[in-house]
Amino acid sequence: MPLYHDEDQAMLADTAAQFMAEEGAIAKQLRHWRDRDCKDGFGHELWKQFAEMGFTGILVNEDDGGMGMGNVEAGIVLEQIGRNLTPSPFLTSSVLAATALKDGSDDLRGRYLPGLLSGDSVFAVAIDEGAKHRPERIKTKAEKSGNGFKLSGQKDFVVHGASADMIVVAARTSGSDDDEDGITLFAVPRDAAGLDHAAVRLVDSSVATHMKLDGVELDGDAVIGEVDGGREVLNKVLNAGRLGAAAEGCGVAGGAMDMTIDYLKQRKQFGKLIGEFQALQHRAAHLYSEVEIARAVTIKAGQLLDAGSEQSDLMVSVAKAKVAKAAGLAVKEGVQMHGGIGMTDEYDIGLYMKRDRALQEFLGDAYYHAGRVAQMSGY
Amino acid sequence: MADLETFRAETRSWLEANCPDEMRQPVRDEEDVYWGGRKATFKNDAQKAWFDACVAKGYTVPAWPKEYGGAGLSAPEAKILREEMGRINARPPLSSFGIWMLGPALLKFGTEAQKLRFLNEIARGEIRWCQGYSEPGSGSDLVSMQTFGEDKGDHWEVNGQKIWTSYADHADWIFCLVRTDKTNKYQGITFMLFDMESQGVATKPILLISGNSPFCETFFDDVKVPKEYGEGIPAQVGEVNRGWDVAKYLLGHEREMISGADGGDRTSAIGAAMLRQTGELDAVLRAELAMFDVDALAYGAMGEKFLDEMKAGKGHPAQPNMMKYVGTELNKRRHELMMSAGGSTSLEWDSEETGGGKPSRNWLRTKANSIEGGTSEVMLNVVSKRILDLPGA
Repeated sequence: MPLYHDEDQAMLADTAAQFMAEEGAIAKQLRHWRDRDCKDGFGHELWKQFAEMGFTGILVNEDDGGMGMGNVEAGIVLEQIGRNLTPSPFLTSSVLAATALKDGSDDLRGRYLPGLLSGDSVFAVAIDEGAKHRPERIKTKAEKSGNGFKLSGQKDFVVHGASADMIVVAARTSGSDDDEDGITLFAVPRDAAGLDHAAVRLVDSSVATHMKLDGVELDGDAVIGEVDGGREVLNKVLNAGRLGAAAEGCGVAGGAMDMTIDYLKQRKQFGKLIGEFQALQHRAAHLYSEVEIARAVTIKAGQLLDAGSEQSDLMVSVAKAKVAKAAGLAVKEGVQMHGGIGMTDEYDIGLYMKRDRALQEFLGDAYYHAGRVAQMSGY
Repeated sequence: MADLETFRAETRSWLEANCPDEMRQPVRDEEDVYWGGRKATFKNDAQKAWFDACVAKGYTVPAWPKEYGGAGLSAPEAKILREEMGRINARPPLSSFGIWMLGPALLKFGTEAQKLRFLNEIARGEIRWCQGYSEPGSGSDLVSMQTFGEDKGDHWEVNGQKIWTSYADHADWIFCLVRTDKTNKYQGITFMLFDMESQGVATKPILLISGNSPFCETFFDDVKVPKEYGEGIPAQVGEVNRGWDVAKYLLGHEREMISGADGGDRTSAIGAAMLRQTGELDAVLRAELAMFDVDALAYGAMGEKFLDEMKAGKGHPAQPNMMKYVGTELNKRRHELMMSAGGSTSLEWDSEETGGGKPSRNWLRTKANSIEGGTSEVMLNVVSKRILDLPGA
């Protein structure tokens, strides 16, 4: 498969680009909701529009009423989301939770997918425990209780947790904290007794929660996949989410870079356009190289993931790490090259910097994933 | 698709039958590379057998048309052959500047008779070519070159000096930029082909910091270059005085080649090899290796995308400059890390254990990567100007 978008994918990219530029624009969405101190951090009306476009069910099988597309296609939508800094629950609902639900029972899929497809439901995933992404260690306990389970523990960085109608929770049903096995995924409904969210607004104006599970009772049918065999599903969810975050990061990087290059062609100092200075030209050209490479490896990892390649774990981590570095460079150079105006809230470049920072952290930063690359490569 | 799968299966069994085990080992030293030419000798029978089999099949230049000695493979077929060769670590049967540089120029600018003669010679490894571009006063500013060819009716009389001529002392022929009009800077250069055994050609190897001499100074003293080598075979590629177009085109190819766009060993992580070699890695070195491997593996994907886009006629025409910049900078970083991982063993200059100081010599050699074929700084200038469209660049 060639490493560029085929005709259908290119069409999807055009559609998503146009939609996001019109409906998901910074002024219309991010600033709008941020300035109103919105408790969700995104607009439900836009989420309904996502559904009308078919985006919300992009990864959902056609048998279940979705588009039946792959991670490359989800990435195409996410790149446009990134480029426009469009706040939405797409990544957590349509990528992470939807991937988990692929392994869910008919009953679970019937319960949750219609709401996702119509844009009425929002989902979140609760994986992290603590401030850093360490999914190898899961302490949250799920103990047998009657026909079902009782969940206790604390989850952090649950993006859209307080807005979510259902939260996919990774919990330990056996073994010790660091065991590979003994993990089970649960679909926890928002109104479950004992579930408590402390919502926190993050630097990028998104809202996440510290989530407490205090003896949350669930029926056995809330289990996604096999009891004790959740690691495999979790890895699929993580791969899809990390690739999605990488794709969104490519959009953030591309948006920040384009804005900055434009600025170099407009801003005059010392009687010259600042883009005429070689000191800035070389940095801009270096940035372009990094962003292009980040895009290439993101498409590559997406193709491998969709093909079920055994290399996909490695390349998803490479992509996540590379994008984090490239997008980080794009926003840092962006603010610096904009000079004073780049420090103002009025100008959008700073919003790119904030979003990038949150995306870098989401599902593992460059250090985490580079470490994983080393580990998977045998050192 | 079915045809391609058949092709893959056929290729796999052909390689199985024709690529000797010895040719499935990583290239260890210069002797493992077969360059062809009048003076060439094979290192061993396996190298010869592999070379002969590939020549017969057209696989020294698989994508060239059959009439010019290639196999006439389509782009997807060529990719499959590359993948299958990569899968068994098959060495290239023939390496040459004829394949990488002169060939593409002839395919684009050559006359039919030129192609028939020179491309077939290249494909069969009969003539080893070298490239005469840089001059002592013309490095990055190549177009200021002054080697002059005076029109003497039926021949050119060439005088001047080239530098950094790779393997000029081993080459049979040279493709050379020669000024044929002193009044026109860009449209006064001719892309000439001539025999290095011509009277008045002299070469002198340059000793580099690596202790090796892969480059030469090349001197031309009243060298007579006939204007034609036969019917329809002019001495120049393209038109007289329009050699700069050919040179620019070729520089693009050279940048692709140096950038290692084909991926090669840059597509696998190096950290594990370093660990095996040294037994343990300092924590910070391990971290740097991991960051390097992220960049190198990502660049491998970029190389693949770049080739795919080039074959489909997509992608920006100035993209090779970006590839060359990133690829060479990565290679330098790679060797810095390998030196660090190797510790004091890497410092040994001529010990048997290091194969005659390979780590240090290779490390030093990589410092030229970001100079030759256009410096990193020139690459960044080109990206600024042609891709980012920045002003006044």
